[in-house]
Amino acid sequence: MATTSPPADQEVAPPGGGRHEGDGPGRPPAVSMRELGRWAWRQLTSMRTALLLLLALALAAVPGSLVPQQGVDSLRVAQYRLENPTLSQWFDRLGLFSVYSSPWFAAIYLLLMISLIGCVVPRAVVYARALRARPPRTPSRLERLPAYVSYETDRAPTDVLADAENLLRRQRYRVDRDLPAGPEIGSETGSGAGSGAGAVPTLGAGSVRAEKGYLRETGNLVFHVSLLIVLVGVAVGALWGYRGSVIVVEGQGFSNTLTQYDEFTSGALAGADSLPPFSLSLDQMTAEFQTEGDQAGQPKLFEASGTVTRAPGEDADGFDIRVNHPLTVDGTSVFLLGSGYAPVVTVRDGEGEVAFSGPVAFLPTDSSYVSEGVVKVPDAQPEQLGFEGLFLPWAVQGSDGVSRSLFPEPANPELDLFVYTGDLGLDDGEPQSVFALDKDDLDLLEGADGETLRLALTPGEQVRLPDGLGSVSFDGVREFARFQVASTPLSWLPLAGLVLAVAGMTGSLYIRPRRTWVRARAAGDRTVVEVAGLDRVSGGDLATDLDDVVARLRDEEEGATP
Amino acid sequence: MNTEAFAQLSNIAVASAAVVFFLALLTHLAEWAAAREVLPARSEPVGARARGGSPAAPPHPAGDTGKVTRSDRLGGIGISLTVLATALLAAGVLFRGLAAERVPWGNMYEFAVASALVVAVVYVGLVARLGISWLGPIVTGFVVIVLGLSILVYVPAGPLVPALDSYWLALHVSAAAIAGGAFVVGAGASALFLVKNRAERRSPGSGERGLLGRLPTTAAMDRLAYRVHAFAFPVWTFAALIAGPIWAQNAWGRYWGWDPKEVWAFITWVVYAGYLHARATAGWRGKGAAVLALIGFATLVFNFVGVNLFISGLHSYAF
Repeated sequence: MATTSPPADQEVAPPGGGRHEGDGPGRPPAVSMRELGRWAWRQLTSMRTALLLLLALALAAVPGSLVPQQGVDSLRVAQYRLENPTLSQWFDRLGLFSVYSSPWFAAIYLLLMISLIGCVVPRAVVYARALRARPPRTPSRLERLPAYVSYETDRAPTDVLADAENLLRRQRYRVDRDLPAGPEIGSETGSGAGSGAGAVPTLGAGSVRAEKGYLRETGNLVFHVSLLIVLVGVAVGALWGYRGSVIVVEGQGFSNTLTQYDEFTSGALAGADSLPPFSLSLDQMTAEFQTEGDQAGQPKLFEASGTVTRAPGEDADGFDIRVNHPLTVDGTSVFLLGSGYAPVVTVRDGEGEVAFSGPVAFLPTDSSYVSEGVVKVPDAQPEQLGFEGLFLPWAVQGSDGVSRSLFPEPANPELDLFVYTGDLGLDDGEPQSVFALDKDDLDLLEGADGETLRLALTPGEQVRLPDGLGSVSFDGVREFARFQVASTPLSWLPLAGLVLAVAGMTGSLYIRPRRTWVRARAAGDRTVVEVAGLDRVSGGDLATDLDDVVARLRDEEEGATP
Repeated sequence: MNTEAFAQLSNIAVASAAVVFFLALLTHLAEWAAAREVLPARSEPVGARARGGSPAAPPHPAGDTGKVTRSDRLGGIGISLTVLATALLAAGVLFRGLAAERVPWGNMYEFAVASALVVAVVYVGLVARLGISWLGPIVTGFVVIVLGLSILVYVPAGPLVPALDSYWLALHVSAAAIAGGAFVVGAGASALFLVKNRAERRSPGSGERGLLGRLPTTAAMDRLAYRVHAFAFPVWTFAALIAGPIWAQNAWGRYWGWDPKEVWAFITWVVYAGYLHARATAGWRGKGAAVLALIGFATLVFNFVGVNLFISGLHSYAF
């Protein structure tokens, strides 16, 4: 992102910034390494390269929106891998499952940043010089400038020039005055004396030269520097931040340690021991839905309430987390991402012992909260048991015999389960998802009729499993909250950078550098006044503004004439 | 009035606006068709205008002879119809807000209608200030298409889903709509710039005749495109890179997560940044920059249509 003032309308080289202005590709001088290096640096920091890098960045970002991303939705990535094994190998090689942390994406934005620095630094030096520069000398032939007005008056040239100087200063110009050379001199001590030698073309003529709009270049530099600030801020947040998600069922709790998370990612420099040691317990998860109208079934309110203990030993406070209203503890925030149902299931094994009892979170798969989940019972004897199935909050029997859920609220809950026996594969040390069964060593249970056994349980119902494997009961329903716990250090920094960037951008887009000159010269007993202006970027209404300057000068004159 | 009455009024107003925009489009097309018939005949004495395709008045904007061509009249009618349609659409959006008792851009339908309103308001405002009625056919055509397609995603007025229940909805979405509306006008100017630029390159002087003669000079179109983009770009930056991330931080616990909608908003931003740079780069001024503006606009449209319909993500409820 080299920094030639992007907005220039008909680009006049910015103060000293011309090096990047339209650098052609040139030809590599095949001489020394040093020259080759200089050539390469010039290429990299040229405007054209910056432009191509910008386009490359836009293009490179595209695949990340089309291919599921590991950092965004790892579940979909896993699914994609299952469905497209061969293609996935290639995607892995190209880093397409994690575009935004891939080397080639990084290469583009790092080159862009180098290009930006290589452009901002020399430009800032030039700009620092321009900050103290005085308005340019008065052209000898003002009438050739794009806007020009002249008139005659009875006032002395020095008075006219003094008025012009005041007027232009009020209009926030940087102003210098060249006193008339010749007899008139001496009536006043001029502020700009000595600075404009050679700028007075006619004997007896003095001029005021004024320039404004220096802030355009300031804005331009501020914009580009703030992009670097944003990048630093984002990098800090990514390196020291962490983010995890966890499902908490009503009546249960969560303490902020690594092992409690369902999913956890952290920056390279964030230590797991740096997690603030708070814990919370969820009393109630409320999910309300529109019950009438065309939007029936749309969520209306999500609210999780309970108590939080900010540090071990401290008293618990109540909390109330809603979507868009997180809970913040020690720089870590707890967000409510969604809700769901956890049927309470009790499984007795073949020996009559309770092998499992408790709520099991089922993940909603659609807006009517048809939810999928599994129950793993490793302690069942004689064989381990696994259940896989659907939870329907408001079950209705379709005409085709398939159950559906009519509405997200649990008015008529039903738990449909398939039963597996065998080895759950929990003992071989491979980490397993709690939401899926590893079916390699499991057998699907069949009913007496030889068909696949499908249990359909309503609350309070208990069903006996065939072959003396035990029984399963559906005791009730609890809701769960899905929380995201996240800490992003210095998250205000990229924000500040972007606010600065917008401010700078606005300055560089809307401030129009302009030069105005006023020359007054004695002609007989009258004074000829010439006023001329030059816009350094087009788009302004130069002629009208200049007429306004003239009108004001003449007003002064009337005021001054006795 | 109760909310249902407002909802009904809103639907009527939006539908009428769509019809009137369509009439305005037809009028502008007739204006262009009439302009095609007009041949340059500057030596023709004032008042010697004949109807029906015989040599007639010099085309706009060279029509400083004081004559009003049929084409000019049609253009004027088109503008009046556009103003009327814009007023109707504004009423439709207002009533929708009263019906739903919240800001009227809480789902895809409402966002489409509100964005169409912004396009129309930006255009009408610029017609008044800068006389850009030459963009009439493009803008009215675009608005008609958007309003027509919005029927496909129509939902009755109702409350917000909890994820959207935040004041950032007012800021983030309205800023996106304002920037988007300006980008539409900018894209229209850039597209016509390319058309005229190409014609003039192929046969110099062709830009002063007939249909192209109704357009301003390529330099003027380029300047307008730039001014509109220069307005839209900071607003887009605010919408996509400031308000959006702040809201995302509040709602999802991260300010940037490469959600498909975020990705495409970023792509749009980068392409328009490229446009602004291209205008200052040798070899890219004019045509290159205009092409970039159109690419930027294409990414914007894809973000609204393609990402919503084909790619699932966190923004899937709307916009």
